[in-house]
Amino acid sequence: MTALLAALTGKARTAAHGTTGEACVCGEGAGVVLADRADATVIRHGAIVAKAHAQHTPPEELAARLAVAERLPGILLPPLRATPAPLHDRLVTFWPHGTPVDRDDPDAAPWEAAADLLARLHRTDPALLPHPLPAMRGPAKAARALARLRAAGPHPAAPPVLRAWHGLPPWARAEGPAPGPPRLCHGDLHLGQLVRTPDGTWLLIDVDDLGVGDPAWDLARPAAWYACGLLSPQEWTRFLDTYRAAQGPAVPPGGADPWPCLDIPARALTVQTAALAIAKAVAADRPLDEVEQALIDACDRMGRV
Amino acid sequence: MQCPKCHAPMHTYNRNGVQIEQCNGCRGIFLDYGELESLTRLEAQWGGQQVPPPPAPPAPQGYPAAPAPAWGAPHGGHGGHGGHHGHGKRHKSFGHMLFSS
Repeated sequence: MTALLAALTGKARTAAHGTTGEACVCGEGAGVVLADRADATVIRHGAIVAKAHAQHTPPEELAARLAVAERLPGILLPPLRATPAPLHDRLVTFWPHGTPVDRDDPDAAPWEAAADLLARLHRTDPALLPHPLPAMRGPAKAARALARLRAAGPHPAAPPVLRAWHGLPPWARAEGPAPGPPRLCHGDLHLGQLVRTPDGTWLLIDVDDLGVGDPAWDLARPAAWYACGLLSPQEWTRFLDTYRAAQGPAVPPGGADPWPCLDIPARALTVQTAALAIAKAVAADRPLDEVEQALIDACDRMGRV
Repeated sequence: MQCPKCHAPMHTYNRNGVQIEQCNGCRGIFLDYGELESLTRLEAQWGGQQVPPPPAPPAPQGYPAAPAPAWGAPHGGHGGHGGHHGHGKRHKSFGHMLFSS
């Protein structure tokens, strides 16, 4: 166990039970490592989750993002404390534990809840929030994925991914501001970003990439999965129809074609996912599987249409 | 050959390179398989117009027609049978992808 993991485990226990020596009866829920990656280490202890954010996370940006989560309790899981605590070279935040989407049963994924939460998040006027917000970090994450692809060394599937990347406009490569009115965005939506509270309400978690930008970015991962033939038309339609019914502003209302708005972000997310797939395949010295190949094939077609 | 309608003899003549049988009695016309399409095509060319392509087959039942981008999977996005979804258990790799950044 790393020093950080050990210290964070202690922090989580203290947050759950205090320092007065209260007995821990959390059983299997005590000190569970939910994530231990370069960008986040997350420990659960009973009803508490402690998260150590990535190294070099700007404290004022994290504080501004935490303040948004405090302000939108029906959309974002609110933090237990308003300010991050330093621990080693990290900043730590504390959250109530929520039940995640069942990874073994993705067919039960709450597409409607995800769409409704996003629509409400996007409809929030950024000007009414307590602080000016940093940019949504979706394009920055895509750029980081491409850096990982380049660092992985040559791979036969890399050229179409790099070509598709260079075909994107500068804003989608984190090289300029997004067009259109800035909206409050999550910045990294996937099914791991939803938790259910004890009363059964779904909420969005993980504010690290939250900020202002093009809200279509939050729809772009499901859109990319659908476009690549991975997500069924039924699931995509459930998600998109619910978002529209909740008056989400990222796509035109009604039956108008949403793809003029979704195209660039969905391309970017396809490229990002393909780049990470190649980098991971190189690291593990394994071939690409058919799902990963479907993403590469989509990148290849982007250069032809 | 004899006319299938009035049983009078039919004679063959050539129209724009297509062989046509016409009845000497009732003046009815018999076309072999494909000859009507050949004539239509020839007439459209004569008029300088393109013959419209045959209509696209309808989407298989149970798949709503949702628009998809041109770079999308050839079938997957349009509800065909080439996608990775819809056939029993979801691909494990995609199950993982649903939950990762």
